[in-house]
Amino acid sequence: MTTFQARTHTVTLTERLKDATNVALIAILLGIPMIGLHTVDAGGKLMVATRWPWLLAFVATMFFGRLALQFAIDQFKLKRLTRQRTRTLEVATPRPWLKWLGYGLLGFSLVLPIAFSDNRYVVDTATTVLIYVMLGWGLNVVVGLAGLLDLGYVAFYAVGAYSYALLSTQFGWNFWETLPVAGALAALFGILLGWPTLRLRGDYLAIVTLGFGEIIRVILINWTEFSGGPNGIGSIERPSFFGLPFKPDSDDGATFASFFGLEYASEHRVIFLYYLILVLALLTNLFIARLRKLPVGLAWEAVREDEVACKALGMNVTNVKLSAFAIGAMLGGFAGVFFAARQGFISPESFVFSESATILAIVVLGGMGSQFGVVIAASLLVILPELGRDFSEYRMLLFGAAMILIMVWKPGGLISRREPSKVLAGVEK
Amino acid sequence: MSNQQSHLLEVKNLTMRFGGLTAINDLSLGIEGGKITSIIGPNGAGKTTFFNCLTGFYKPTTGSVQMNHPEHGALLLEKMPSHLVARKASVVRTFQNIRLFPNMTVLENLIVAQHNALQKASHFSLAGLLGLASYRQASEAAMEKAEMWLTRLKLRDIANMPTGNLSYGTQRRVEIARALCVDPLLICLDEPAAGLNPRESAELNDLLLYLTREHHKGVMLIEHDMNVVMKVSDHICVLNFGNKIAEGTPEQIQNNPEVIKAYLGEEEIEDTTEEEAA
Repeated sequence: MTTFQARTHTVTLTERLKDATNVALIAILLGIPMIGLHTVDAGGKLMVATRWPWLLAFVATMFFGRLALQFAIDQFKLKRLTRQRTRTLEVATPRPWLKWLGYGLLGFSLVLPIAFSDNRYVVDTATTVLIYVMLGWGLNVVVGLAGLLDLGYVAFYAVGAYSYALLSTQFGWNFWETLPVAGALAALFGILLGWPTLRLRGDYLAIVTLGFGEIIRVILINWTEFSGGPNGIGSIERPSFFGLPFKPDSDDGATFASFFGLEYASEHRVIFLYYLILVLALLTNLFIARLRKLPVGLAWEAVREDEVACKALGMNVTNVKLSAFAIGAMLGGFAGVFFAARQGFISPESFVFSESATILAIVVLGGMGSQFGVVIAASLLVILPELGRDFSEYRMLLFGAAMILIMVWKPGGLISRREPSKVLAGVEK
Repeated sequence: MSNQQSHLLEVKNLTMRFGGLTAINDLSLGIEGGKITSIIGPNGAGKTTFFNCLTGFYKPTTGSVQMNHPEHGALLLEKMPSHLVARKASVVRTFQNIRLFPNMTVLENLIVAQHNALQKASHFSLAGLLGLASYRQASEAAMEKAEMWLTRLKLRDIANMPTGNLSYGTQRRVEIARALCVDPLLICLDEPAAGLNPRESAELNDLLLYLTREHHKGVMLIEHDMNVVMKVSDHICVLNFGNKIAEGTPEQIQNNPEVIKAYLGEEEIEDTTEEEAA
């Protein structure tokens, strides 16, 4: 271990800076005659003029370019070194059949709008499924991984949705500009909720979060000047395809249809929105899968398992819990932004408690902490009521019966087995 | 308390009251690094309360607990939250009723114990998310440390098993291995031999001696199993109803009439081992 560290720590920051300074000096020496000075034709004779800003830019580029190059080379070398040593120690991979099922589902979700391009209903329903998948993954961080029972998750969804609605209608921000801001705002609200509830667990935490969700909704209903009250906010700008709006015709410039020489069709936007949420959801999945293997992810699970033991091991449980709240809320905020952009109209009615309950049901039904379980559960919870439309008012009864059956059959959720995030190679499981 | 400088941990006039009950009464004690100090006494004597005061889980009513840390200087543990006691003062404890992370594997338990070092290396997850080599390297080092203790404590073969499924004795070993991954200077073990069979407790003896002699770790031990206490302790402190009634080497304690009285009245202390292990 010591020799390994000695080898990798030989290149320090000061050394890199020195090296880059040397390069910059050479750049100055070469640059003065080549860039700093140039000849100009001044009325028939040649004059020497100076271009100091150019030289400065050149030297700065050389300096930072060298730093970046050195850094990249160091990273590459270190990576190769660690890779050589990783032979014996490896990171866990999920069960193979699950992996293939995941790839299969991914392929299916990629071709779905093409296969059903004439069926707007299918693509719309699939988009709804994906919104719930994303919400489920966000709540999974808080409930499944960190074990903090949150019954007010819809509040963060609302924060995201209203952020986009207000920023776009009041200040003309577009979807991509709002996305990070709304995520940050939702994360801030997550911390605001997390802070006073740090010492609560289980039922007590559930009650406070339930109240928080209601507070946000009641504020949105009553603060009419701010949120439009029960009337909500309408005519929210729809996301455009890299600046190309989905409209029959546009006053200023091309539309999506005219740019690609297509006949205008309202399905274009539906399909685009589907792919948009698919990308957001996939990024969310990657993000969480990665976080789970990082110390923060392990810490979330450790806090779920035993908070006292975490403290005894020197872990700052406050920070661990707040980070779970913040990241879960941020993902809910992203989903909210997408929801507002898709609907074009939002009102407090979209953010009632039953939404929180549905998202929680998705997490619990999928199996706490399981990413894949959330996908299956979200599909079930959205598609089952849709399939039961023929039974009109009896469909919620059927839906409830189906839920009970699943919980009897699989009490720990559909995928209850936990995959370890780290595995010692050469030792059987 | 002889020489101030030689003590790793200095407990002065520690008193802990819960309402009208005095769980620890004016206790002073010096703990040396690289030595095994045992705290014994009948049930309800205040031993676990003493550990809770040391490790920040309880705030003592009066008195002080000073850790003479080679890097961070003198630290007053009674003023620190429990996570800083482990992180900064390097005093780590185990629990009487085992507190593992039951759904996580043995290896994961040991990696979680290295959270602070790893979190620092991952730069609040940024370096980790980007997969930078500096983080990967720290992660490797954490795996190596975990593997080292797994091998030493003969847990390597079950590294990928969830700890909740393991036998009681093995869970005790995992808890000790996990505490060791925090790199403690002083490790406080609350009844590590409880529930172990004779062979396992003999192995525990070897481990405790190995930790103090080879790794120069200070060990504090709460234990009822006199086979362990008398064989390995360098120093024994006897508590009864929150008062320190005796202190000294195992020989001195075994022959101390106060101790014999506190435990059984007239009998020899060796005969009491089985009855007291509860």
